[in-house]
Amino acid sequence: MLTITSIRNGIVIDHIRAGFGIRMFYQLGLDKADYSVALIMNAASTRLGRKDIIKIENNVDFDVTMLALIDPNVTINIIEDEHIVRKVKPELPERVEDIITCKNPRCITSVEKYVPHVFTLVNRELGQYRCQYCDEIYTVGQD
Amino acid sequence: MLKGRHLLDPTDFSPGELDEIFDFADQIIQSPAQFNHLCDSSILATLFYEPSTRTRFSFEAAMLRLGGNVVGFSEPSSSSVAKGESVADTIRTVACYADIIVMRHPKEGAPRIASAYSPVPVINAGDGGHLHPTQTLTDLLTIRSVKHRLTGLTVGCCGDLKFGRTVHSLLKATSRYPGNRFVLISPKELRVPDYVTADLTAKGIAYQEVERLDEVIGDLDILYMTRVQKERFFNEDDYVRLKDVYILNAEKMRLARKDMIVMHPLPRVGEIAYDIDDDPRAYYFKQAKFGMYARMALISKLLGKEPLALDERARGVS
Repeated sequence: MLTITSIRNGIVIDHIRAGFGIRMFYQLGLDKADYSVALIMNAASTRLGRKDIIKIENNVDFDVTMLALIDPNVTINIIEDEHIVRKVKPELPERVEDIITCKNPRCITSVEKYVPHVFTLVNRELGQYRCQYCDEIYTVGQD
Repeated sequence: MLKGRHLLDPTDFSPGELDEIFDFADQIIQSPAQFNHLCDSSILATLFYEPSTRTRFSFEAAMLRLGGNVVGFSEPSSSSVAKGESVADTIRTVACYADIIVMRHPKEGAPRIASAYSPVPVINAGDGGHLHPTQTLTDLLTIRSVKHRLTGLTVGCCGDLKFGRTVHSLLKATSRYPGNRFVLISPKELRVPDYVTADLTAKGIAYQEVERLDEVIGDLDILYMTRVQKERFFNEDDYVRLKDVYILNAEKMRLARKDMIVMHPLPRVGEIAYDIDDDPRAYYFKQAKFGMYARMALISKLLGKEPLALDERARGVS
């Protein structure tokens, strides 16, 4: 059994769909962190079966909406003095720029590299975004 | 007010604004000579990054019939695009010379980028397999002229619905009018993209996806045929396998209503048999003519060249 100690002050990102923790880790730039960070993969979960967890021993400031774009079902626990003082459920933003990349090979963004990848939310329930240029649908958590 | 606006998507203009264009197109159809000088001294730039015959000719004829002039290229190899110039830079340069820009591009969304860098109106003349809003103006003007309404219609779209930008535009535009329902007839491989059906579902529009034309043709007010386009396929085998699947012939036409109309954005490559051409329900060549009038009305409106201004000019009002 793998044991990772609890953190004193910082953030725990919990209930990450198994396999998505590593993407979140890099998206948050945690590979460059100079404080303690733990990425736990495939932990047992009663709700999900398997899940990933990220523990950050620091009160870093990051855009939680970005996490929702990777996995909208995560829970963010804010830890102070080893206690959870707040739980945050990230909400999908209405518009995202240069976070999601359009996968349509016919989209103009595939050739004009100066153009930002802009997506707007079209269905919050289904987590669907639409490319501003080609209308390609991107569904959160499906790739 | 349409002056100075871009047309990138068929829903960029409200149904009321589209009526304004169609009403003006009707005036032009009634007496085209009256508008011969409406756009004197204006210049239209046609930037065609992929081949086109009728759309480019239609735009050029429209501008020439309004008294304006045309500059442009019909293939990117004869322009600075061949040197690797970006869309943004091309547009910023062309906008220095022209009053209005028409763009066709193989990449989807290119005209939207063009519009972001253009101080003059940009018209999307087809972007990849995405949209073709001026074909939609043509289609709506044709339907309005023949059926005298744009509501309560059963519209069948047949053929390549996946890459058929004219179909995507038509569905988007006609789904805004009440009472219309859609029958989407195609092989599974060429069904409309998810974003199109997601739109219809979100609006609560009735549609069905079927694979056989003969089973549904009797229900239709409008049959919109499309070509299976070779240039949209990644491999030749798929193209060869699917190109002749849906052919409209006299036998199928016998199952259709007497007042159904057949439309096609053209060119056709075998999906409508030639013996249908003499059927009074075949509207595709008349549709091409409506296209020029629709583009004349559109260009005039975007340039702010109103017929009223022409009347005033004739009366010496400055």
